[in-house]
Amino acid sequence: MENTILKIVNLSAGFGKNWVLKNINLEIEKNKVIAIMGPSGCGKSTLIRCINRMHEITSGAILEGRIYLDGKDIFLMPPVAVRRKIGMVFQRPNPFPTMSIYDNVIAGYILNGIKLKREERDRIVEETLKKAYLWEEVKDVLYKRGVFLSGGQQQRLCIARALAMDPEILLLDEPTSSLDPKATSMIEELIIKLKKTVTVVLVTHNRAQAARVSDYTAFLYLGEIIEFDKTSRMFTAPKDKRTEEYLTGKFG
Amino acid sequence: MEMRQDRTFKIMLWLGGISFFLLLLLIFILLFKESLYSINAFGIKFITGKVWDPVNEKFGLFPFFVGTILTSFISLFISLPFSLSLALLLSVYYKEGFINKVLSTTTELLAGIPSVIYGFWGLFFLVPLIRKVEIKLRIPPYGVGILTASLILAIMIIPYISSISKEVIKMVPQDLIEAGLSLGSTTWEVVKKVILPYCRSGIFAGILLGFGRAFGETMAVTMVIGNSNFVPENIFSPANTMASVIANEFTEATKDIHLSALIQIGLWLFVLSVIVNLIGSFIVKRYKIR
Amino acid sequence: MNLKRRILKDKLLKILVIFFSLSTLLPLFFVLFTVVKNGIAAIDLKFFTSLPVPAGEQGGGILNSIVGTFLLLIIAFLIASPFGILVGIFLTEVQNKFTDLLKILVNVLQGVPSIVMGIIGYLLVVKPMGGFSALSGGVALAFMMLPVVIKNTEETLRLVPSYLKEASFSLGTNYTRTILRVVLPAGMGGVFSGILIGILRIAGETAPLLFTAFGNPFLNINPLKPVDALPLLIFNYAMSPYEDWYKIAWGASFVLIMIVLILTIITKFIVRRWKTQF
Repeated sequence: MENTILKIVNLSAGFGKNWVLKNINLEIEKNKVIAIMGPSGCGKSTLIRCINRMHEITSGAILEGRIYLDGKDIFLMPPVAVRRKIGMVFQRPNPFPTMSIYDNVIAGYILNGIKLKREERDRIVEETLKKAYLWEEVKDVLYKRGVFLSGGQQQRLCIARALAMDPEILLLDEPTSSLDPKATSMIEELIIKLKKTVTVVLVTHNRAQAARVSDYTAFLYLGEIIEFDKTSRMFTAPKDKRTEEYLTGKFG
Repeated sequence: MEMRQDRTFKIMLWLGGISFFLLLLLIFILLFKESLYSINAFGIKFITGKVWDPVNEKFGLFPFFVGTILTSFISLFISLPFSLSLALLLSVYYKEGFINKVLSTTTELLAGIPSVIYGFWGLFFLVPLIRKVEIKLRIPPYGVGILTASLILAIMIIPYISSISKEVIKMVPQDLIEAGLSLGSTTWEVVKKVILPYCRSGIFAGILLGFGRAFGETMAVTMVIGNSNFVPENIFSPANTMASVIANEFTEATKDIHLSALIQIGLWLFVLSVIVNLIGSFIVKRYKIR
Repeated sequence: MNLKRRILKDKLLKILVIFFSLSTLLPLFFVLFTVVKNGIAAIDLKFFTSLPVPAGEQGGGILNSIVGTFLLLIIAFLIASPFGILVGIFLTEVQNKFTDLLKILVNVLQGVPSIVMGIIGYLLVVKPMGGFSALSGGVALAFMMLPVVIKNTEETLRLVPSYLKEASFSLGTNYTRTILRVVLPAGMGGVFSGILIGILRIAGETAPLLFTAFGNPFLNINPLKPVDALPLLIFNYAMSPYEDWYKIAWGASFVLIMIVLILTIITKFIVRRWKTQF
């Protein structure tokens, strides 16, 4: 595949003696939205937590295989560096409660001890919030705490927080599962627009969401990738029977 | 029959609660009543007075107040790096596993050793050590004094501060920590910028409660502080704390005014501990709700 | 690159945290080592079965203070556990402004310095009865044990699932029996370990006994007369000028630490057993 940004080779992962993911191989193209779809408990979250090496922080985590970012093995890089290049947004919005909205956006810089000039900070906050389509709603309350926002706004703030670090890949772990339909559709629109600047890997158990926003879809079932294809093709003509059954709502 | 049983039971429950409340009230009233003699005799001079001389019936608690404050603060200061490191280690760096087990058992054992044994050990281990230091520094080699007491106290309050801080740090939601890490921060940066700001006031409460422990601690301090009723000149001076002077003189107090003066010191200790614990438990409670 | 420095700083601070944490092992080791080394040297069978002898004479044991310690613990236990459990049930079952206040007062009582408890025991029992006694010491210790029992009872009973209570009610059981026969037994392990933790807390206490139990060189099991206790003996002997008495104090320290250690292990065992229930 040309333009490959992320390549996962023979990846297996799990906890204790229990392998949740079995021999995953996946190539992800730059500036696309890739959906990872499957029934709950199939290992979707574990898979993307491997990609930015968050899997390892859980005690008892086990892992085998290789992941290459721009051709470089991420397991040979410091985890800190990997995570700066691969941002993540979690299921539940989790803005830092002790920080203002403004500080939440540049939380990555604050946490990593990177000093920015006042104008530069202002510029990053404004640009990123605009990218996250949150600017208009929060520009007058920038110095209030982030926890006072609605759930959807909080989640967009978390996306902004990840975007502010200028990541190459953005991992979204069921980002809309705790949001109402209106907030969900705003986040979905945002995801589509985001791919101009960043590659998005979206975990979802919502088939319609995968169909709406992604270019490629991987169907994960019982820890294995059953099928990986262009979303349009997979949803119209799935090759594997299990994919077809999942898409038609037979299980999951 | 059934209903009557229930009514009796409920009345008993209420009686239990009310008598617990009355008991605490009784403690305060008793302390206050018995202090009254010395309160009337000395008034505010009891607190500001620098002379404690039972023979001539002069009673001022200022020397003991200084002793209490000095030992509490010095011990707090010494124990902080150890207590906070333990809290971080047990709640962030090693949440489980061998190291966690060893160190959590250590803190439990440190908390379990009786005060009098700390004092006895201090007398035989720390006092000669401090004496050597004092000889080197060319100051009177008492061995006992403020510093010795503070060192023992520091060891004794480590388990308290570390366990409260640990509990508070554990209440930081895991997803906030993960959010910090996912931005490419190191563990230390997450500790400094996410965890500590989140539980600043909780850790403060832990330190406050540790302070409460330190100023009320009696036996170990009594055994190594030197029992001198003068305002300490420096950290090597023998002194007395409010608690240790009660322990030393209570059974020897033959005059009513002496006994009343000692009970008044007890009253102040009681009031101080109530204030510290009220503030501390309010802060900790706010955390549990969040 | 900046990244290297940040990772280095992270590592350094982790090492620092580990260093400070591990160094708390040092005082623990020194205290235990000193007590065990000096204590074992002082102990033989006679040590447990004989009474103290006047200073200067050889031998002498701690029988009186072992017996006294147990007498004091039994008195404290008999006062603090029924009262503590009662208040604990009250705090779980009734929720209003008054119980909110009580919960705070329980914490406050737990923070009151032990020497103040001694004064309370003196004012409450010694003064009205006109003399030092085991009873007054037991009362002072009971005051220290009480908040521990209350807190543990309350926290345990709160964890008892409500469906148990509902099941009992649905069988037509009245409130009293539901609490006493269903809720309390379900949380018994926790209540019991609360009592043990309470005893653990007071077993080594000296300050509340100084002017209540007072000390007694003779064997006594009469609650209305003064008794000796292990911590009291350690204090009096350690502060004495006699070498022989230091030896006995070390022996007593060893025995006291052993008692505390065994109680700790029993408590942990019970806590673990109970935890698996829900």
